[in-house]
Amino acid sequence: MSKNYDRIENTTVWSPGPGCHGGCGVRVFLKDMPDGQPAKVVKIEADPCHPWNQGRTCSRLLAYTRYLYHPDRLLYPLKRVGERGEGKFERITWDEALDTVESKFKQFREESGAESVIFVQGTGRDINAPLTFLTYAYGSPNLSQLGLSGQSCYTPRITGACMVDGTLTVADCSQFFEKRYEDPRWEVPKYIVVWATNPGVGCPDGFQGHWVVDCMQRGSKLIVIDPRATWFSSRAEHFLQCRPGSDGALALGMLHLIIENEWYDSEFVEKWTQGLPELRERCKEYTPEEVERLTWVPKEVLYEATKAYAANRPSAIHWGMPIDMNPEATTVAQAIAMLWCLTGNFDVPGGNIASRGAFGIAMWPINQSQVLETYGAEFLEKINSKRIGAKEFPYIANTRLYIQPDLAVEQMLTGDPYKIRGTYIQTSNLLGGNAADLNKHYHALRNMEFNVVVDLFHNPTTMAIADIILPAACFTERNSIRVWHTPAQVIRKLHEPLGEARNDWEIDFELALRFDPKLREKYSKLEDFFDEKLKPSGHTFESLKAIGGWVFEKEGVSVPYRRYESGLLRPDGKPGFATPSGKVEFYSLNHEAWGLDPLPFYREPPESENVTPELMKKYPLVMVTGRRSPVYFHSEHRNIDWLREVDPFPIVEINPKIAKDRGLKDGDWCIIENDRGKFTRKVKYNISMNAKCVSVPHGWWPPEEKGEAPHYYGAWKYNCNKLVLSQVGSSSGYGGGAYKTVPVNVRRAEPGELDAFDEEVRELENA
Amino acid sequence: MRYGLAIDIEYCTGCNSCNIACKQEHGYDAGTFGMKVTELIYPGVAEKVQIDFLPFATTRCNLCAERVSGGEDTLPSCVRHCQGKCMAYGDENALFEAAKKMKRPVMYLK
Repeated sequence: MSKNYDRIENTTVWSPGPGCHGGCGVRVFLKDMPDGQPAKVVKIEADPCHPWNQGRTCSRLLAYTRYLYHPDRLLYPLKRVGERGEGKFERITWDEALDTVESKFKQFREESGAESVIFVQGTGRDINAPLTFLTYAYGSPNLSQLGLSGQSCYTPRITGACMVDGTLTVADCSQFFEKRYEDPRWEVPKYIVVWATNPGVGCPDGFQGHWVVDCMQRGSKLIVIDPRATWFSSRAEHFLQCRPGSDGALALGMLHLIIENEWYDSEFVEKWTQGLPELRERCKEYTPEEVERLTWVPKEVLYEATKAYAANRPSAIHWGMPIDMNPEATTVAQAIAMLWCLTGNFDVPGGNIASRGAFGIAMWPINQSQVLETYGAEFLEKINSKRIGAKEFPYIANTRLYIQPDLAVEQMLTGDPYKIRGTYIQTSNLLGGNAADLNKHYHALRNMEFNVVVDLFHNPTTMAIADIILPAACFTERNSIRVWHTPAQVIRKLHEPLGEARNDWEIDFELALRFDPKLREKYSKLEDFFDEKLKPSGHTFESLKAIGGWVFEKEGVSVPYRRYESGLLRPDGKPGFATPSGKVEFYSLNHEAWGLDPLPFYREPPESENVTPELMKKYPLVMVTGRRSPVYFHSEHRNIDWLREVDPFPIVEINPKIAKDRGLKDGDWCIIENDRGKFTRKVKYNISMNAKCVSVPHGWWPPEEKGEAPHYYGAWKYNCNKLVLSQVGSSSGYGGGAYKTVPVNVRRAEPGELDAFDEEVRELENA
Repeated sequence: MRYGLAIDIEYCTGCNSCNIACKQEHGYDAGTFGMKVTELIYPGVAEKVQIDFLPFATTRCNLCAERVSGGEDTLPSCVRHCQGKCMAYGDENALFEAAKKMKRPVMYLK
């Protein structure tokens, strides 16, 4: 490239643009423009000095200029002027947009209580903090990833594992040290268990997937657990190709082997844990033979893999979202957390380490005690009494603060026990993305009096249900901070936003101050809030910017290891774990108090060969949705041409053995169906799929198709979630979204069938 | 002396960062490639399903001559951004030394 830039600025990436959970350091090449126009981003590169990504980055970030300057970006606030679904919107000013949102929501609050509005986010990223700030300023208890059945993304893993060891843990790839792999305190994990994830294609949960590859290059061996063969499984010493939804049985089978063979760390278990005798009894039900029946994993493979993990310390487990989509996912997470505790791999170099935000900073109150601290007892009691699902489910009453989304969608339709009147949806295209039982969510959202959607592009959700659309800014257009996990770092605004796009944070901050004017006494501008949060780091937003944008804690709560010895894991500063007993709990005292089974157990998926054998005769294949693509983040990026050509079609990956039986050729458009509906995909022969399963990537709504009804960008034509149940799949309230265990049949399309999907939408609209 | 790239196929994850970094560096439109990544799924040894990716330097690849000679960076944009850190750039002697340390090297010389 010829030198067509004037300056290079550093910042950190989080969300709009690449869309992901990552925290890459980047160098942004800017060209200054005449006449007060915003400087132009001409190129973006990874920052070689940043410890998080160490000079590399993903395709989505490298395609950033195609995203930022995409001609279809939403740049001005819009209000709907036609009927919902007609796709008729009119540009309005920010004043009019925010005034409208303010007056509508205040009216709902006065007439029906703040609980009558549900605040909706998509996956985590840089939205949890602003949206929580707004939700509680408004006073609603209903914060949610609406559409995501069972809140089945990380929340079940976090909350379930907390019952065991009191904290969130992550595989140790040296990410908590500035010098990374060179830091002498770190050790290479001997084995990494890659469980239900394909980390090379994304950065889930604040973890850069390629750190696993870095460890492989430094000697880590792999144990891969997945129904689908992956790049990692083909490099693994042990590959456990399990039945979808059976991870719980697998974990219990591993625990059984470790306990009976005494492969555990007896010194750690003796000193720091309770409940092993009870766990041993429970695990006796999960013999290798029984586990083989339930998981399809040969018992010899299970034995060797378990022994390799348990007998070689340190070893780490890196786990993925499908864990959350198991039935009773929180107890599956419990069982897996017990693996790293039993084997003495908790918070040791190269094991699974306790993850704290940099300097212990919590950007938003994530649990009951933090809400108490920030908002006081009266507020906590108020939101606990109204939060959807809190009465029915102990985790929703006592742990994280999300609602039970499957109950919420019912309530939006029935008004029982109270009426829901509006939604505020930000970073979520639920109708084109995560909503299980698409039709139900469509009707529920259409049943609302008023829906606000904040996004960067039109999508099925804006088209079908938005009344006001607010345009969000990309990451080079905005200020924010990131403390998840470390370092503490700033995201800097490097140029004025295009059009009138606005930082998600600015939008939510402004609305929050309108809903709760007392906040104005505390914060005159957004950066005051950032400064307050950054205090433990000794920095302000500006001073952190001035030193290069990021800082690691030298010693303290976010620095590993063995913090259970030093007292850094408990709020009272005493050694031990943040559990009721202060120990690792193989027998959960919280569960006992809440009326849940204190020990981990296995439950079958709602529909499976073992519980609904008749159904499986009709629909003999298990559809596993949601495998990731390196060029997309969930339902985003199909409109970015550089990326789209890498992964151009909505496909189904199917083993040629079963495709040929069905008369399906590679490249055919087929029909995938069950009693709940059907959709179409392009057949891709792929031997990596078990011959009893098919893999269907989610989030497909080709943006080149028409947006207005009845098309909705093909959301009803290609969306696999039409076939997914919306049901409560866990007695804790979190987890169990059955996205990975859907019985289906795959067949050839009848003549004309592919053109008939619009009819479905027409029928919906008339219903 | 010829220059080129050495790539350890063992650690190429198919992330396509090389493809897109190249497009950005050279301003290519979709459909034009300096690096094209091919997915290979095949039965490997012991019936193991093997999944590999092969990044292919096309005839358009000039090893980022302007970027490297102009002092903007010491590395071509694909090598800089390779997420698997499995690409090396250099002269033929240096590349051969690098390739000897790789598990499954392929080499492109210009």
